[in-house]
Amino acid sequence: MPEDQPAQQPVQQSAEHSSVAGATIELESLTKRYPGTPEPAVDSVSMEIKAGETVIFVGPSGCGKSTTLKMINRLIEPSSGRIRINDEDVTAIDPVKLRRKVGYAIQSSGLFPHMTVAENIALVPKMVGWSKSRVKDRVEEMLDLVGLDPREFHGRYPRQLSGGQQQRVGVARALAADPPVLLMDEPFGAVDPITRDHLQDELIRLQHELHKTIVFVTHDFDEAIKLGDRIAVLREHSHIAQFDTPEAILTNPADEFVSGFVGAGAALKRLNLTRVRDVGIAEFPAVGVDEPLQSIFDRLRTSQHNELLLLDRRQRPYKWLRRGDLMRAKGSLARAGTIVHDTVTRDATLRDALEAVLTDSGGRVAVTGRRGEFVGVVDMETLMNSVQEMLEADRLTAMEHQHELAEQQAGQDQEHTRAEQEGATRAEPRS
Amino acid sequence: MSFWQYLSNRHQQLLTDAFQHASAVFQCMVLATVIGVLIGVLTYRSDWAGNLAVTSTATILTIPSLALIGLLIPVLGLGVPPTVTALTLYGLLPIVRNAIVGLRGVDPALVDAAKGIGMSRAARLLRVELPLAWPPILTGIRVATQMLMGIAAVAAYASGPGLGNEIFRGIASLGSANALNEVLSGTLGIIVLALLFDAVYVGIGRLTIPRGIRA
Repeated sequence: MPEDQPAQQPVQQSAEHSSVAGATIELESLTKRYPGTPEPAVDSVSMEIKAGETVIFVGPSGCGKSTTLKMINRLIEPSSGRIRINDEDVTAIDPVKLRRKVGYAIQSSGLFPHMTVAENIALVPKMVGWSKSRVKDRVEEMLDLVGLDPREFHGRYPRQLSGGQQQRVGVARALAADPPVLLMDEPFGAVDPITRDHLQDELIRLQHELHKTIVFVTHDFDEAIKLGDRIAVLREHSHIAQFDTPEAILTNPADEFVSGFVGAGAALKRLNLTRVRDVGIAEFPAVGVDEPLQSIFDRLRTSQHNELLLLDRRQRPYKWLRRGDLMRAKGSLARAGTIVHDTVTRDATLRDALEAVLTDSGGRVAVTGRRGEFVGVVDMETLMNSVQEMLEADRLTAMEHQHELAEQQAGQDQEHTRAEQEGATRAEPRS
Repeated sequence: MSFWQYLSNRHQQLLTDAFQHASAVFQCMVLATVIGVLIGVLTYRSDWAGNLAVTSTATILTIPSLALIGLLIPVLGLGVPPTVTALTLYGLLPIVRNAIVGLRGVDPALVDAAKGIGMSRAARLLRVELPLAWPPILTGIRVATQMLMGIAAVAAYASGPGLGNEIFRGIASLGSANALNEVLSGTLGIIVLALLFDAVYVGIGRLTIPRGIRA
């Protein structure tokens, strides 16, 4: 699609990663009706997905989210409506050609058991006619990208891999021909929770590097919050109950269906969306273990916190030292104070931080840098204040969004009625 | 004349018969495999067509082989034509049935994945469905071969080639000195051939079933 350069991601970026960045996807009153059923399985879904965005379809089982996804690569042919990818109407082009431009990853990986890992990944590049050497390099590159050692996994068969590894290969295969769009149909549904968590982290990292447009189907709302730039909460017939950022959906669910789906503890879930680096990390008096006892005494006496953090020789948090601890331990540093149980990095979520604060008797948690060195603390008060600020801000933005949506809706309705009136006066034959 | 003496006296003739027997079965099996897999590929997607294919091939199998060959003689004459026709028809059933069962047994999620990554209908069939259905198809071919080994003996009735000639000659001259030797050598020859073919199939399985799906 050379004619719509401006719609794509900046060229510089794609050159930097030598990969194709995402494309826009537009669904226009997409409908799927199965013969013999009165109600459509998917009823007139319209949405715009921006280039490089991760959009999650989430909803109860049987709501048509998977059907909607499969209509994007026309595994299920829509009964009516249009699909545009990067402004190109793909509703009527050869589906085989369309699918080679759209990566597809499914639950339980869908790897072909009779082909090796390398053969599986090489399938699409070979089909689109890449040269042998380019395909070979690409396979190595993709294995590397999804965190598998090419030499070790190249010649293995899928059944010789764990569930998580299979899923990685599945993603590698979907991305092998460098499609601008990646469709994922509950890809992590069949792996254990710990592996799923890893795979989600990996996907976030991948997306950070690749900037694909990802449409991801799940029934797990927590997964949706974690991965999505925007989340479409779908109800029966794929009606969009709410299509917004995770923050907005958590703080301002559009209706009872959405709040029911969000479930209890929205404020707690909100904690997952913010990192420690985003809140104020406070300074805290700290001393090294090698400092003379007398100066530690003095620091304790003058400190406004009544407390000091003792660091080990590599500047890592070691012990909380309260006033009086040293006296009780008869001046022995080795026996005084309480060991630091838990620290968090700046990349930890606020939820992790809260957990650590709650388990620590001092009501604060030490934040560490890349090599485990002490950088500051986060305490209960900071957490509470920042959560409240966040919730307030979310509420405001969500309300703005809703206003915009309402206005758009009103505008569309007007156009609709106008078009219908015109249609009626001209008595146009409609399909 | 003892059996061993008989064997050493007549080994030239026996070897020729055995070779012709094996060659007839082999050629008919190739034919039956091609036709059988083709029928399977054409019918497995539709419920009624697949069932029709299995039922009609099963019906052929219920016709006694002697009767079928007898019926073919007036149409095709004596010798090779009725033999090949009958053997191929009998070989179809196990192959058609296993091809259909095998192709239908391919995990629909995999077919979906193949479609989803942009494989054409032909590529899906050749690169995913048939390779995955190959182990059951090969089993069908094995079973069919064993069956044809026995049925091919009856072909001698229509002046067909093979070890059946020994058996029929023996039966025709029951009571004579060599009658038992003739029947025995024909029968044992067929058994040995059947075992040899089976060993070959095991080898073919090793070579053609990918390591990823070998049991």
